[in-house]
Amino acid sequence: MLPTKYFHIFRISLIERLTYRSDFFLATFMRLLPMLTTILLWSAVYQGSGKDDLSGFRLNEMIAYLLLVHISRMFSSMPGLAGGIALDIREGTLKKYLLQPLDMLHYLVTYRMAHKIAYMTTSFIPYAALFLLCRNYFTSFPDAATFGAYVLSLFMAFLVGFYFEACIGMVGFWLLEVTSLLYIVNTLNYFISGHMFPIDLLPEELLVVLRVLPFQYMAYFPAAVFLGKIHGAALWQGLLAEAAWVVILFFLARLLYWIGLRRYSAYGG
Amino acid sequence: MARLVAILYGYLLTFTNNRAAPAAANIKFGNIHFNGLASYNHRQPTGERIRMAIVEVRDLAKTYRVVQKKPGLGGALRGLFRREYRQVQAVAGVSFSIEPGEMVAFLGPNGAGKTTTLKMLAGLIYPTAGTARVLGYVPWDRDDSFRRSFSLIMGQKNQLWWDLPAGDSFQLHREIYSLKRQDFDAALGELLEMFGVGSLTRQPVRELSLGERMKMELIAALLHRPRLLLLDEPTIGLDVVAQVTIQKCLREYNASRGVTMLLTSHYMRDVEALCSRVLVITHGKVLYDGPLARLTDQFGTTKMLKLQFAGSATPDDLGQFGEVTARSGPVADLRVDRQRISGALSAILDRHTVVDVSVQDPPLESVIARVFEEGTTKA
Repeated sequence: MLPTKYFHIFRISLIERLTYRSDFFLATFMRLLPMLTTILLWSAVYQGSGKDDLSGFRLNEMIAYLLLVHISRMFSSMPGLAGGIALDIREGTLKKYLLQPLDMLHYLVTYRMAHKIAYMTTSFIPYAALFLLCRNYFTSFPDAATFGAYVLSLFMAFLVGFYFEACIGMVGFWLLEVTSLLYIVNTLNYFISGHMFPIDLLPEELLVVLRVLPFQYMAYFPAAVFLGKIHGAALWQGLLAEAAWVVILFFLARLLYWIGLRRYSAYGG
Repeated sequence: MARLVAILYGYLLTFTNNRAAPAAANIKFGNIHFNGLASYNHRQPTGERIRMAIVEVRDLAKTYRVVQKKPGLGGALRGLFRREYRQVQAVAGVSFSIEPGEMVAFLGPNGAGKTTTLKMLAGLIYPTAGTARVLGYVPWDRDDSFRRSFSLIMGQKNQLWWDLPAGDSFQLHREIYSLKRQDFDAALGELLEMFGVGSLTRQPVRELSLGERMKMELIAALLHRPRLLLLDEPTIGLDVVAQVTIQKCLREYNASRGVTMLLTSHYMRDVEALCSRVLVITHGKVLYDGPLARLTDQFGTTKMLKLQFAGSATPDDLGQFGEVTARSGPVADLRVDRQRISGALSAILDRHTVVDVSVQDPPLESVIARVFEEGTTKA
């Protein structure tokens, strides 16, 4: 991998993505609106249960968690990635990665990074406003070490999300269409990644399995680290496991790509 | 299962020596190998002057496995559980070799295997059998230095970024190919001047005309100064003016840079203007390999005789010399067997007063159509 080459690709992609800034701006507002209903819903849930603690989460922590999950997903969600890869395979546009001295996965990860940075820059103001409005749900800001671990877990959340969805895209070598597969995976992921609520609320038997799977790193893990729910040895183990999943999914995506190319027939010219 | 293990093993191998040296030791020198109707040795190897072939292909074959769908909903449902496959042989063992600086055309009807062959030479797909060396590399290994020295251009596909000016795509191209700034600037300046589109590089690509866009595509494909150009229908959908400009530029570029070109086209004008050598492919096999001119000699069994007689009408006895294909006033077109042409001509000149006469080859299209037909009956 030539770092300078991909750095320049990153720069050019960033320019391209920034042309869509008004689109981003609007999308962010639309995404934040449901937050209001979420707050109302969970207040009702706590009231109804008569408890002020659900699986270790108080109401204000729950709201803080659901806000933080937005940040996790900002890093780990990859809209259009798997579908794009499958489309490239189906339409034969995959050839641009085969003809040019360019690695598809390196290129896509670089492009996606630029996309994420463009998105984060343009949506910074609405997010800052939201967190400022909701600052009372946060009891304290994490210390420097925890915050460092949080940033690291977010960066790896990006990589886990990227290579996971890239693997699904590679299924396009075997199936013509991956959108329904993707829909199933994303729906499932909504629960088991902790996007909808902290996975601690799920039954213990399921939790044992979920703790070894990569899904929690796409939503639950970074948010829980920020809230100080995971600390000490568990924090280090969690970060190491996340790094291991980055490596596993990285190689799995490459392996699927390698095998897939052998049956690829470059349809559509 | 064994297949999966083999695949995994192969994967590990390529992963560990990904940047292995090209198989330069395996390059075949000069020994030109052809099959087909004509053998065509235009550059015999000699002891002193050994030239390396740019493209060396032996018995290359590709069989696709195609899913068979029964019509209707019932068929679609059955297809969910049990799929039927059919083997389609797109390329059935072709061999040829191309020397540096040659401009060669692939001719053949749709589905003859031209594009499949081109895709294998570009490393897009793996062959089922046979070998190929392109610029000394095995194309489907997709070595970076191999990919830096050729370009594949497909007339219907665009690789430029649709929403950005072509200039930005060129910059990206510079990065992808790791070109030095001064080399890039020199190449770009030269190409923009040659194609005459220097003023359009700041305009988003989607706002360019089809001809302008194709020129930009060609510039992008030539920026890294490839030694081999593979062109699949480069002038498809273009008007005559744009076609001629692109032909002219490609010819100039071939003359000035000695770049080797291999193209497929349905426009005989492209072929006539660009290529001295053609490979006729039908049903995945090379049917003819040789100069364009000799294709007409070999397959064109007739000539066209255009006659203008004195007076206002044509004589009635022309039918005995050949087939009258057109007749108006004193002018007549006559199709005559090649062997009989001189006899027919002298007889006509003896009997009638002829004002003007010309002997022409039949149009290339009809010769090609004839070759295709012969290929079909043989296959």
